[in-house]
Amino acid sequence: MNNNYFVNIIRFVLLILVQVLVFNRLNFFGFINPMVYILFLYWFPVNENRAAFIGLSFLLGFFIDLFSDTMAIHSASTVTIAYIRPAIMRFVFGVNIEFQSFRLSNSTRAQQFTFLALLIIVHHTVFFTLEIFSFANILLILKKVVAIGAASIVLCLLFNSLFSAKKE
Amino acid sequence: MQQIINFVIRNKNFLLYLFLLFIALGFTVQSHSYHQSRFFNSSNWITGSVYETFNGFSTYFGLSEENAKLVEENKQLRKLLFNRETQNVSALDSTQSVYTITTGQVIKNSYAEPRNYITINQGEKDSVLPDMGVITEKGILGIVENTSGNYSSVQSILNEKSTINAKLKNTAHFGSLVWNAQRYNVVQLVDIPRLVPLTVGDTIVTGGMSSIFPGDIPIGTIQKFDLDTSNSFYQIDVRLFNDMTNIKNVYIVQNNDREEILELEAETINEQ
Repeated sequence: MNNNYFVNIIRFVLLILVQVLVFNRLNFFGFINPMVYILFLYWFPVNENRAAFIGLSFLLGFFIDLFSDTMAIHSASTVTIAYIRPAIMRFVFGVNIEFQSFRLSNSTRAQQFTFLALLIIVHHTVFFTLEIFSFANILLILKKVVAIGAASIVLCLLFNSLFSAKKE
Repeated sequence: MQQIINFVIRNKNFLLYLFLLFIALGFTVQSHSYHQSRFFNSSNWITGSVYETFNGFSTYFGLSEENAKLVEENKQLRKLLFNRETQNVSALDSTQSVYTITTGQVIKNSYAEPRNYITINQGEKDSVLPDMGVITEKGILGIVENTSGNYSSVQSILNEKSTINAKLKNTAHFGSLVWNAQRYNVVQLVDIPRLVPLTVGDTIVTGGMSSIFPGDIPIGTIQKFDLDTSNSFYQIDVRLFNDMTNIKNVYIVQNNDREEILELEAETINEQ
């Protein structure tokens, strides 16, 4: 249990640092900055206290906001996916998540991918809608969601396969 | 009463979510209508020192390139200095000069968002205050928006909220420099009347009318121009001299007469 808290704190700090010091400066093709910190929400244990999870996600977004001068857009989008994460999980994994023994690593590749992709798509849609803040630019919003979303998914999958717990 | 409490307990996650979302939206909307937030920006102590630390490592990789740039600039300045006809001694007396220059280094830069901010490692302790201009050896960079003890955050010219007074170098017609958030090397100059003769390649410089920047600081060249929807003003795409993606050393310009100018302008408006 204690070990779990410890791992999450380390993850929290490292993901913020990696995001702001590496990926916010990537500027691939001039505008693609993948958001890897969403992995925190992907990796977070399933059966933990939900209120604490929402609070933590807000803090995570807020720190990213502080570093990247984006007001509270990261916070708003991160807290949104934190809130709807159980709904996404029920959609992707079915009734399996009701069991205490449910683990992300026991699900299939396709399920993991869908879960991550849904998190990222919802997050990016909220994020870029708020960032650009005008429906006149809906094409720009779509372009950014698709391009940066794809980059985020690829990088998150890479990080996931590098750092996730080994299957026993 | 019991029911209300039950309702709150049952929906506590949803209420928490709404609460946090409203806080976040509050900050965001506030910044859309007005300035960047006073407190939540990357010029604060925590983010400033993290960026400064990591910047300390990354600067080493560009040292020789930066040196070459600075030497090139020194060469330009030397050339100006040696070709002056009279040696003006009063120019060396800093108490009489209108503009004071401070140097700084960029520790965080962004150009991929619609509202970009740059953080530099000079703050109130180095007498950098909001509304000072920031330039590089090639052209303008932005305006200081917030400061903390040791850091300040600069509203880049690549920011939808930025408007800067600029003019055509050869005809001195002035307009406003804005950015449409599309490309990081092109900004827009608007409000130039259609009677002005323009050619692609004309140089755009600062207008010196804002009491922030001195006049005649280079900005960029005209890349293409069209009439806007009203058909009476030009909409000009300006290609920047500055490479906004690669900026290290900057100069912060303080106009010592700014307060006097602002006071005078306020008085004039009040009298009307």
